[in-house]
Amino acid sequence: MQSLIRRLRSELFATPADAVISIALFTILAAAAAGFLHWALRQAEWAVVQVNSTLFAVGRYPIEQQWRLWLLTTLLAAATGATWGMLRAHPRRDRSGQLWPRNDRLAVAVLIAASLWVPFALGLTPAIQLRWWLLTALLVAARWLAGRFGAGLPPALKRLLPIVWPVLYLVGMVLIGGGIGLARVAPAEWGGLLLTLLASSFAILLCLPIGVLLALGRRSDLPLLRWGSVLYIEFIRGAPLITLLFLGQNILGFLLPGGLAPDRVWRAAWVLTFFAAAYLAEAVRSGLAAVPRGQLEAARSLGLSSAQALRLVVLPQALRVALPAMVGQFISLLQDTTLLSLIGLLDLLGVARSVMANPAFLGKNAEVYLTLAILFWCCCAALGLGSRALERRLDPHAVPSRV
Amino acid sequence: MSLPTSETMIEARGVEKWYPNGFHALRGADLTVRRGEVVVIMGPSGSGKSTFIRTFNALEDFQKGTITVDGIALSNDLRNIDAIRREVGMVFQQFNLFPHLSVIDNLTLAPVLVRRRPKAEVAEQARALLERVGIAEQADKFPGQLSGGQQQRVAIARALCMEPRILLFDEPTSALDPEMVREVLEVMQNLAADDITMVVVTHEVKFARHVAHRVVLMADGEVVEQAPPETFFTNPAHQRTRRFLDQIL
Ligand SMILES: Nc1ncnc2c1ncn2[C@@H]1O[C@H](COP(=O)(O)OP(=O)(O)O)[C@@H](O)[C@H]1O
Ligand SMILES: [Mg+2]
Repeated sequence: MQSLIRRLRSELFATPADAVISIALFTILAAAAAGFLHWALRQAEWAVVQVNSTLFAVGRYPIEQQWRLWLLTTLLAAATGATWGMLRAHPRRDRSGQLWPRNDRLAVAVLIAASLWVPFALGLTPAIQLRWWLLTALLVAARWLAGRFGAGLPPALKRLLPIVWPVLYLVGMVLIGGGIGLARVAPAEWGGLLLTLLASSFAILLCLPIGVLLALGRRSDLPLLRWGSVLYIEFIRGAPLITLLFLGQNILGFLLPGGLAPDRVWRAAWVLTFFAAAYLAEAVRSGLAAVPRGQLEAARSLGLSSAQALRLVVLPQALRVALPAMVGQFISLLQDTTLLSLIGLLDLLGVARSVMANPAFLGKNAEVYLTLAILFWCCCAALGLGSRALERRLDPHAVPSRV
Repeated sequence: MSLPTSETMIEARGVEKWYPNGFHALRGADLTVRRGEVVVIMGPSGSGKSTFIRTFNALEDFQKGTITVDGIALSNDLRNIDAIRREVGMVFQQFNLFPHLSVIDNLTLAPVLVRRRPKAEVAEQARALLERVGIAEQADKFPGQLSGGQQQRVAIARALCMEPRILLFDEPTSALDPEMVREVLEVMQNLAADDITMVVVTHEVKFARHVAHRVVLMADGEVVEQAPPETFFTNPAHQRTRRFLDQIL
């Protein structure tokens, strides 16, 4: 307590001028916070969010098919918990004991608190509240089980585990869109957070390999490949995304044959992908530039082919360096999906605009926008936290403090 | 110290190299190295020592002259280059360990990938090699956690794990703190006792005197003098060598 007071004094009240500035800032901040809380708790009418919570979550996805989304969420919760637990069960090879993430008890506590409170605050029906609580319980249980017993699994099984995620992605696609015996739900009916997450995860997953290829192309010895990559990257980076989205709606139908991009949603997802790839290529290029020449020379002098050297020596190091910049790109990609609403799709912002256009909720813009901001903030924060944990885990110089 | 045989391992004739910026780095360098021989290359900084030994495993190309390594002519044929790189190991001034792989994985990567040997067998050999260079207990650490001298010994073990017939060293102790130089030189001296062929660029006079069969002086992209160590250090034939020795002794 005393040290806290001493610190406050030295940092905020060191000189009379400092003290005046500190007090002024405090007053302004306190007034703003009080005003905001007064609005949020007294004046704001959150019914607009409560009534439309399903719309925000999944748009106009048919109610009788929504069990598929619940099933998918269940699978995701189990997989997330299991992955988390496995990472806990496997500290770094060098036994420096770096866990993932470092504050994971705190993370679980926040998760549990949020999942208890949010469904309740949203005024969801008791049955649905219960579902969210069960999902959280499932995640936490999977995390605990994998953390407790994961280290003892046979190695062959462990090697299979990372494949769970791509498989789950494909399963999710089928569950959402239908096919293989499930009734089809046209992309036009996907909406809200579902569409936002789907479009952005699709673009994030696919822009990574494309971006890496572009970055390599830009450093290639073959002039045609190099110029092609530069031209592509600079063209995309020179055009605003919204124009590309409109362009995509108009020309992708001609460019991609045989119904590869038959649908407005898919066209937009592809445009997002190719857009993000150009920016990602620049991030990867800076990562490649950071790997010393000696690494390639050492790999080559050991007899590795250039492809092997690239894949096993240069790229892992380059991607590790580029990771923060890449995640920055992913975060802005997530936010850029709001532009989908401008080409008439019902992503989060699209849903919000349609809700606000409803005469019953006239003048409730602030509540709706604030909800949107919080949802996006949560997604971006999760991406950022995950990436920082990954960075620490991959850091070859993360030496434990020697005692 | 084992004596070199008469069999030729490296033969370089009239090698000339221009860097892309036009700099004429090698001006007709000649060198013959026999199997089992330990050759030390000395010379002022910028004289082309690194460039020269890097042509031996095709890390640098050259424009004129011929180089034959273990009977294979170095040409632009990629298959030749791959074959030669498998037989020639290299140890760099900056170690160039792979920082994202543990020490043991640094050693096993190439033999498993290039020689297609079973991983368990290579790992066993790798641990034996680490034992031999005196750092068996560091096998599961990452390079960033080791001292410079330990890293360079890992780098030597990594090169040895490919079972090369020739080892090239480019100033292996120049980036090390003085107290770590000895541990690396000791490892190299032990290697020299085996019949592996070694070409070592170094300024370590004691190593050259006691370990080398032959010492070579390079200056301005040429081999100026080559002689057994006693002759080289006490009674060199060329004025250029004398001036160089005056500077370093
Ligand atoms: N990539 C390069 N491009 C142009 N000149 C170079 C390059 N690398 C080395 N050189 C020049 O070639 C000469 C020989 O270099 P190097 O073989 O490294 O010398 P040493 O190893 O004897 O100190 C030096 O003058 C150096 O400046
Ligand atoms: Mg040099």
